[in-house]
Amino acid sequence: MARSNEPAFWSLFSAGGMVAAFLFPAAIFITAYMVPAGKIEADNLRMVMSHPISRLLLVAMISLPLFHWAHRFRFVLVDLGIKGFKLPIAILFYGTAVGSTICAAYLLLV
Amino acid sequence: MATTDTQSSTKTMKLEVFRFLPDEGEPPSFQVYEVPYRDDWVVLDALNYIKDEIDGTLSYRWSCRMGVCGSCGMMVNGEPKLTCSAFLRDYYPQQIKVEPLSYFPVIRDLIINMDHFIDKMGEVKTWLIPAEDKPIEDGEYLQTPAQLAKYKQFTMCINCMLCYSACPVFGQNPDFIGPAAIALGQRYNLDSRDGGADERADVLFSDEGIWECTFVGECSEVCPKNVDPAGAIQMAKVTATNDWFKSFLMPGGRKKSGGNK
Amino acid sequence: MDNDSSTPTAAGPVPAKQHIRKMPVNWWLKKPAYLRYMVREITCLFVGGYAMFLLMLAARLDKPEAFETLLASPLAIGLQWVALPFAIYHSVTWFNLTPKVLVIWRGEDKLPGFLIAGAHYAGWLAVSAGLVYFAMSGGTDG
Repeated sequence: MARSNEPAFWSLFSAGGMVAAFLFPAAIFITAYMVPAGKIEADNLRMVMSHPISRLLLVAMISLPLFHWAHRFRFVLVDLGIKGFKLPIAILFYGTAVGSTICAAYLLLV
Repeated sequence: MATTDTQSSTKTMKLEVFRFLPDEGEPPSFQVYEVPYRDDWVVLDALNYIKDEIDGTLSYRWSCRMGVCGSCGMMVNGEPKLTCSAFLRDYYPQQIKVEPLSYFPVIRDLIINMDHFIDKMGEVKTWLIPAEDKPIEDGEYLQTPAQLAKYKQFTMCINCMLCYSACPVFGQNPDFIGPAAIALGQRYNLDSRDGGADERADVLFSDEGIWECTFVGECSEVCPKNVDPAGAIQMAKVTATNDWFKSFLMPGGRKKSGGNK
Repeated sequence: MDNDSSTPTAAGPVPAKQHIRKMPVNWWLKKPAYLRYMVREITCLFVGGYAMFLLMLAARLDKPEAFETLLASPLAIGLQWVALPFAIYHSVTWFNLTPKVLVIWRGEDKLPGFLIAGAHYAGWLAVSAGLVYFAMSGGTDG
């Protein structure tokens, strides 16, 4: 048996899980409650999010949780008994995460 | 059914037992037996009563009757249990369903085929591989209490396989090395006297090893000895990940794999 | 539940017919702990979904009107309200499991798990408050 390259994906999964666990409930609270309820002006939030530090944070908040999703959902399918198509599923899921990361980096940092 | 105990003969309990007799050519079925209820009886006592007094064809494994040998693991009402530690009083007056440990192939009645599990322990090398060979006259390998503490919990495993029957990942993939074998691998990897971590890593850190685990965590919940295989596997993932990144930072440094002793 | 097979093994006699039990597709409904696990795993859909929403917001950073329209969209708000409990469940289950992954030894004793999980919870509270404060700080107020 050969040692797996899973550590690469597991690290991204863990980092994404950490980012989502710490930031997402509060972020959803802001975008789904505080802005619609008028506690924060949408345009103010847009300006806060345009700050260079926010842009870096946003790239992390988009990229890493998507790797978290890709990794976890790949195993959810196995849990549900879908054992075939392992490689295409992995390419599709991680590919989505990679593609979104490139999009986010282009939109926010370039 | 002769019993001299007048009090207990008044109360009875029903056991619904999984039967599979390969030589009869019949599909598996359930058979209900009525046994005396005694509040100091465990499920194993009831099975022994059935075997002695009602139906001698019922087959199951047991040995020590005191939660040490790990032979009598079965599904009791769908939960993996040592039947010597599962008291009838915790189920009375409901009927108890007894089945062979989940996910393993069944050889006969409540007896599962454990060959694959034994093979896995061999693959993982769940024994001490000395870090340094020294002649007996040079004395013992010394170890501090702090070094012992690192792996002691994992030495408590009695190979009862309840953890495998609680593990849906093993249910989906019988080739998964599984909770107990990985925990035992960690038991030696974390032992300061052991030098076999690198040999074990080829199996433990493979796709059929720790990376199949999705941390359901039920292995640790059902373990009768508090071994915490789920914890052992997550710690191994951290070690494997550190090793993996190190192997990129310093090519050739991969052979330096090790547990965090 | 009803297909038998014979598997010869390397050592010992070839066993008689063995009974192989199939794992039911709905195994995760058979035990509350399994259901909790499945819900924990399914949170990834909402985590990933919200990340995609953030990407959509990022694409509208230079278009004030589109940015505001997206945030005001009833569909987006509704989906986020569905996602919120799952996101919180993800956080709680994630922090509860940190002591298993992060094991810190002090001599012969492990640092108690509740301290490690507790530190994460404290950090979560601080980070959440910080994020809300940060979001409120911008714009016209300075």
